[in-house]
Amino acid sequence: MKKRKEKVLENLKNLGLKIYEQIEEGVFPSIEMPSRSTSNIIYDEKLRQYILGEKTVKRSTRNIRHLRPFTQLIWVAYFVKDLLTQNKTSTLRDVFYSAQAFEMDFVDQAESDEIITDLETVINFPREDFNVFPEERSAIFGDLTIEYTVPGYEGKRLNLTSHPDGVMIGPALVSSEFVDCKADKVIAIEKGALFTRFIEERVHERFKALLVQTAGQAPRATRALIRRLNQELNLPVYIFTDGDPWGMHIAMVIISGSANAAHLRDLNTPDAKWAGVWATDIEKYKLPSDKLTELDIKRLNELKADPRYKGKLWEREIATFLKIKKKAEQEAFSRYGLTYIVDEYLPAKLELMEKS
Amino acid sequence: MTVKEVFQEITPSDFFYRNRDIAGFTNPARALYSTVRELIENSLDACELSMIPPEIYVRISNKMDAQENFYEIRIEDNGPGVPPEVIPSAFGQILFGSKYKLRQTRGTFGLGGKMALLYGQITTNGKTLVISSTGGNEIYEYQLMIDIKNNKPIILEKKVYPNKRKWHGTILEFTTEADYPRAASKIIEYLKQTAIVVPYANITFIDPKGKLYKFIRVTNKMPKPPEEAKLHPHGVDVETLRRLIETTKTKTLYDFIKTHFQRVGDATANNFLKFAGIDLKKNPKQLSQEDIVKLVNALKNFEEFLPPDASCLSPIGEELLKIGIKKELNPEFVTVYQRKPSAYSGFPFIVEVGIAYGGGIPKTGKIELYRFANKIPLLFDEASDVSWKVINNLIDWHRYKIPQDAPIAIFVHICSTKVPYKTVGKEFIADRPEVEREILNAVREVARRLSLYLSKKRSIERERKRYGVFSKYLPKIALFATKLSEKKKEPEIKYLLKKAIKIEEEFWGSEEEERKSSGES
Repeated sequence: MKKRKEKVLENLKNLGLKIYEQIEEGVFPSIEMPSRSTSNIIYDEKLRQYILGEKTVKRSTRNIRHLRPFTQLIWVAYFVKDLLTQNKTSTLRDVFYSAQAFEMDFVDQAESDEIITDLETVINFPREDFNVFPEERSAIFGDLTIEYTVPGYEGKRLNLTSHPDGVMIGPALVSSEFVDCKADKVIAIEKGALFTRFIEERVHERFKALLVQTAGQAPRATRALIRRLNQELNLPVYIFTDGDPWGMHIAMVIISGSANAAHLRDLNTPDAKWAGVWATDIEKYKLPSDKLTELDIKRLNELKADPRYKGKLWEREIATFLKIKKKAEQEAFSRYGLTYIVDEYLPAKLELMEKS
Repeated sequence: MTVKEVFQEITPSDFFYRNRDIAGFTNPARALYSTVRELIENSLDACELSMIPPEIYVRISNKMDAQENFYEIRIEDNGPGVPPEVIPSAFGQILFGSKYKLRQTRGTFGLGGKMALLYGQITTNGKTLVISSTGGNEIYEYQLMIDIKNNKPIILEKKVYPNKRKWHGTILEFTTEADYPRAASKIIEYLKQTAIVVPYANITFIDPKGKLYKFIRVTNKMPKPPEEAKLHPHGVDVETLRRLIETTKTKTLYDFIKTHFQRVGDATANNFLKFAGIDLKKNPKQLSQEDIVKLVNALKNFEEFLPPDASCLSPIGEELLKIGIKKELNPEFVTVYQRKPSAYSGFPFIVEVGIAYGGGIPKTGKIELYRFANKIPLLFDEASDVSWKVINNLIDWHRYKIPQDAPIAIFVHICSTKVPYKTVGKEFIADRPEVEREILNAVREVARRLSLYLSKKRSIERERKRYGVFSKYLPKIALFATKLSEKKKEPEIKYLLKKAIKIEEEFWGSEEEERKSSGES
């Protein structure tokens, strides 16, 4: 973790040096970075994620239209460098408000978020590495002991079963070191209610699992953490979502990343597996279901064309959804009793997945 | 039963007394406005013809002991003065005056001023005090009344004073029935607009409450006075021709045509009389009524006459009108354009148009229109005027990139030996095609100039803004780059700022970078 931080600091300083030198030479400072326009986002089969292509954009202060975003960018760079050197963290919203103290005008938070994404592209690190986090937090529960690296907590340890609601995945947890792990798998769950049920039903013990609640689309910090658990601890990752195109895509973003983060690496977990609820499960378990809406069908057709959805499982499930025109929530298993999902479905699914 | 018709001759003063509505003396408010106006115009005309920069003083006072609606009017000018022997007739006899000639003046028949005196006498039974000198050794003072029935001046008193300081000018003082409160705004507006077209005049006005209004001279330049011109054949009617014949000394029609009409030489005279089919040797005094009508028709329809001579006109001039507009309204931008002389029905006319933008011009949501005819402001019936039609219906302001709610004033002056008023009220100009075309072309020209000014201003504004952007952001970039690179001293940005001004707008409008993200897809 420390090495990463040093690299980030170095990149930030180099950015400043480059601009400084350009001004000294009497040249309008400019920055070149990979273009994030849709035409430059391509799917990399090897990496199994979206990446940016060869196209670059030049942001030059010679162009009056670039002056403002350019200044915003270098301000954000200066701001996060300060954060890092002082070992502080910040949120996207914080950045937006802090700007005002420097007479840096952002129209709204969307604009400052966009500039932060620019900085990620330029520095080549996700914002979590320069201590800027989103507001939404997801949670983790399970027998993993971590050791904090954040100021004031250095060396302190925590077992992630210490709190029955789970431990919030925030900057302190993401930057911690893994010390001891008794689990042998990770189960990511879309919904908070089911996450709580799993803890109550002691799934973490019965299945030796670390439970991660994604709270819908998983935040990048959560995705980064899942990847670390997979890469550093060699834990297989299983993802449980609702049985509809949207749930399916929550799994996919954990596995293959989002187009939005095409400029970033190390956020996805290519070996993670989508464990359900599948379209075929709806049939097999005769789950209570709803009809697919037009929007659902439109989304399915989009996914069909998405290069990330190549593969037997994905193609089969999309086809099944389109055929049965039904969807089901994770809670649908409750028709067979509250513990059915844990007692019957989960073991069967895990067994199936481990075999594949 | 038979009614015996009684035929009775009435004098001009009697006639105008009975028809005072026509001359603008409808009610006490309007009468006061007309009084002030006519008297000021007489004074201005007199001064201008003698090339004397006018110095005019007007006072309206409400005498303590008098009736509430009786006002004393006093007007003084520094004009050439009136010769003593004609003073009684000039101020006490209607249709006596110096204006029965073809040249441009404000009034036409020496009527309005005396109408004011007549009205005063009728309503208050008061007399008129006239003091005048032509700059000689004496100053003459008369107390006059008008014998309305016989159209003759009555001299009540006459005094002569020595004129040590060689003063010249005229002072009038008389009492009239009026309604100042209701006339006030029009009178002030009239004075203000007059000041626009005569920036070479000092005009002082004191209202009944003692409030002083001063319109100060800003130039000693004056427009050239109009020259007297002969009639143009196209502008003749039967009555005019009859009068000419009465007074002519010529013995043949051939000489008559050449002598009394402008720009008629031997060849034109010959061709014309052939066209008219009248013997050129005939004595004009022997023409029958039928011959006269025939001759008038021929004069009107013969197309080989040269266009009328415009030297009898006295336009304000581009420079003076511009000075006047600046002086009274202080706009941000003003331009004036004078068209070449043109003619309608044998009457020459010149159109001058000014446009003023911003500064002291108020933003009222519509274009302010100032109309002038022979240097007289026209304050009534704006929407019936041809200029109003041109500005509001014929000009497409979008084409000039001028927003319709911009603070704009347009000034239209038409001068002519016969201004084509639509009605006897003389408050608005008829939309004769020749006149409309001239006004339209002139307004187009000044609109084009304003458009040019505005686009230049916009581009300067853009440059300024541009520089503002650079000088706002470059220092910040320098500061943050210094902190980021852990340098001690900030880099010098002066050079870049200098360069920023020079960069042409090469990047303007170039959509170099597509900054659209595609959502979580």
